[in-house]
Amino acid sequence: MTELKVYNFMGLRKIAVVFSAVLLFASVVSLSINGLVLGLDFSGGTQVEVGYEKPADLVVVRQQLESAGFENPVVVHYGSETDVLIRLQGKPDQSVSEKVYAVLQSNGEAVELRRVDFVGPQIGDELREDGGLGMLAALAVVMLYVAVRFQFKFSVGAVLALVHDVIITLGVFSLARLEFDLTVLAAVLAVVGYSLNDTIVVSDRIRENFRKIRKATPVEVVNESLSQTLWRTINTSLTTMLVLLALFFIGGELIHNFAIALMIGVGIGTYSSIYVAATVMLAMNVDREDLLEPVEGELVDDLP
Amino acid sequence: MPNKFPLWKNLMVLLVVTFGFIYASANLFPPDPAIQLSGQSGAMQIDAAVLQKVERSLDEAGIEYFAGETDGESLLVRLRAKDLQLRAKEVIQAEMGGDYIVALNLAPTTPDWLSDLGGVPMKLGLDLRGGVHFLLEVDLDSALTTRLEGDIEDVKKTLREERVRYRSLVLKDNQIIGQFRDVEQVEKAKILIRTTYRDLQPQSEPGQNPLVLKLKLSEIASREIEDNAIKQNLTSLRNRVNELGVSEPLVSRQGKNRIVVELPGVQDTAEAKRIIGKTANLEFRLAALDRIGEVFPFRTPSGQGPDARLESKAVITGENVTDARASFDENGRPQVSITLDAKGGWQMGYATRDNIGRRLGVLFIEYKTKLEKSLGENGELVLTPVPFVEKNIISLATVQAQLGKQFRITGLEQRESSELALLLRAGALAAPMYIVEERTIGPSLGADNIALGVKSVTVGMAMVLLFMLVIYRGFGVFANIALAMNLVLLIAFMSLMGATLTLPGIAGIVLTVGMAVDANVLIFSRIREELASGASIQGAISAGYDRAFVSILDANVTTLIVALILFLIGSGPVQGFAVTLSIGILTSMFTAILLTRSLVNLTVGGRKIEKLWI
Repeated sequence: MTELKVYNFMGLRKIAVVFSAVLLFASVVSLSINGLVLGLDFSGGTQVEVGYEKPADLVVVRQQLESAGFENPVVVHYGSETDVLIRLQGKPDQSVSEKVYAVLQSNGEAVELRRVDFVGPQIGDELREDGGLGMLAALAVVMLYVAVRFQFKFSVGAVLALVHDVIITLGVFSLARLEFDLTVLAAVLAVVGYSLNDTIVVSDRIRENFRKIRKATPVEVVNESLSQTLWRTINTSLTTMLVLLALFFIGGELIHNFAIALMIGVGIGTYSSIYVAATVMLAMNVDREDLLEPVEGELVDDLP
Repeated sequence: MPNKFPLWKNLMVLLVVTFGFIYASANLFPPDPAIQLSGQSGAMQIDAAVLQKVERSLDEAGIEYFAGETDGESLLVRLRAKDLQLRAKEVIQAEMGGDYIVALNLAPTTPDWLSDLGGVPMKLGLDLRGGVHFLLEVDLDSALTTRLEGDIEDVKKTLREERVRYRSLVLKDNQIIGQFRDVEQVEKAKILIRTTYRDLQPQSEPGQNPLVLKLKLSEIASREIEDNAIKQNLTSLRNRVNELGVSEPLVSRQGKNRIVVELPGVQDTAEAKRIIGKTANLEFRLAALDRIGEVFPFRTPSGQGPDARLESKAVITGENVTDARASFDENGRPQVSITLDAKGGWQMGYATRDNIGRRLGVLFIEYKTKLEKSLGENGELVLTPVPFVEKNIISLATVQAQLGKQFRITGLEQRESSELALLLRAGALAAPMYIVEERTIGPSLGADNIALGVKSVTVGMAMVLLFMLVIYRGFGVFANIALAMNLVLLIAFMSLMGATLTLPGIAGIVLTVGMAVDANVLIFSRIREELASGASIQGAISAGYDRAFVSILDANVTTLIVALILFLIGSGPVQGFAVTLSIGILTSMFTAILLTRSLVNLTVGGRKIEKLWI
């Protein structure tokens, strides 16, 4: 039987710290300067998706709309040459979609109204608030759970890994000017779930090994644990990536950004479960002492 | 370590698997496209004769149909193909005319044995089915203002009657603000209002001008007004939506002041918006003394009475009605108590003072549309929507005394009283609503979305299956069986819970497929490790499952927490994603741990094997 090869992951942890710092810095800078391109769900407004029989000329469509009095309509292809997405800014009006449809049909072309989204400004505001709150709530609850199930140092590591993944995913969306809508928010929260899953599995092994291996430095224990879980980490990431690729290429335009967010998140999450959580734990001087099971009788009931 | 499951465990696994197959199978019976026909008013009989007429018109148009059925209130005809639906609707509407509502429908084809067990196919969300989604916001502030406007007149009157002198009494920011000349008058007014108006609460803030009295509606009173405003709007919305003839419409309250309306299959948003936006009204009119006046039919949703002639001038209209509720009088007999605003009360008193003994009728006025048949240029039948006003008497009672701001209608059955109260509230001016969100999905986009969703699940799944076979060989087969079973169980639970499948929901399924194998990857990696460190084959299997379990549990509980939060904060589509993700986590725990263990135990458990094919 062959011995498992132990990779010296933690030997590279200084490089990893620099790498993460650079990514985080770039993300934060981009987020604070560019912000996110908020989708209709959050920004409010009206968007209309129409289908033409032949490839549509965007310039013509834009002219049609402008001459009908719509100010600065955003007209883009959506998924295919025959599909056009029209985004209208300014004061949301409930009958806008019908007007747009009438205008486009006016020159006798066969246009199919595929989708209309109208979101009032108050809804957008609320969603933004709820989304942010939800993210914070998720992080807080997760931190608590990990602190109870494992140990405080683990929960700091896990939560920092999550924050790391979320900020970088958002940062990529900000840098690439990808649209951030409700499905992307769902994807980011799913990233939280996925990355956590990964981190927990690794932490679980680290805890087990701290208890099992008596004579080893914390760095050696962490390296051993990471090596043992390496194949599992890679295999799970690969299967998840496979289905995400299927969603990305086949799933259609509506969940395109959803798939992108998850792919970034799963990639970063895999990296962070190896480097971020463990590095944070080592930085906090995690030790065997932290993880020994409390001896029976040591707990004193101080309730009156 | 024999790696044997006791019989009951194997049976339990078998039971869950069978359960999954049975309830998931409900989705194998796609519903038939159908046409549903019902009457504009509930009193219309839809019997076999009507069914015959409908079937004859379909025969003439050459539309293939089968299995027409009627239950007296509506009828349903199933069609052979989905693209016949629109034409069939036109044909039937043309034949039957505007008194009937003709709607596209989907008729379930679930076999009896399955529906007896509670098996139902999954519901499709609007993004997969096509349709309109509206989110309406009810202006609750204006409901409070209306109420306070009435109260302010009453307070003025009470103060005058009790000779409490005030400088001014105005409404500002939903507070009644009174200015007085001296502190004594303020105190007097305070005491008077406390005893007479329990819903109005004098406010006291530090540093407040002692000559100013601020009155606010109490928590309870304002909550009641808000609740009523929402309920009133819900009721009238439901009535109007029914008129659209949509199968399975959804009208429900969301949060404090919003109402969701979902109309599957509706394409004409302009029409839907017009109907949703229209209002009903009320008029209180005295019965006519001579031949002057108009005759109206007496008709409520549940019954009919003799026609009556009413004066052509209304005493008050729905605008003056602030509340109407069903209650019981001192003798326990049902009644409807009606509250009017100050102006309405005054007008009612003036009109009834000299007319005791005469009858007072309540007219319910609805603005409807009906389709009218006409011949077009080329002689073809054209249906045009024509708006019309329908006025029905819903109550006709004798005036017993001079009526004021509050009065009651007695001599009713209990059912009548609650129905009348509901109609009165529906016709009264409810708090205004406006659309804050609208989403329309065309039918072709819905169909495209389903096709894309199914395709990505299939391709994603196929790739994962292949991957697992390559990496884990023999054990990969177990994992793959578990994965397929996970999908079956997921579908079974979603169908059984009545969860709605949306596009993000499908994405959730795809993601679950990818992540569900994680548990097996964990277990198998662990078994490999145990083998590598020199454990016996049976020992490695046992240790692999046991040790991996803790990790799997921790990882899944945390993911479940995230899914739960996603569900709590999300709206429609995001919730769909959260639901599939949570169910997927739970079912994957079962299939990845128990099901594969059972399979492993049955095949290699307790036997002497040279090498594990993992």
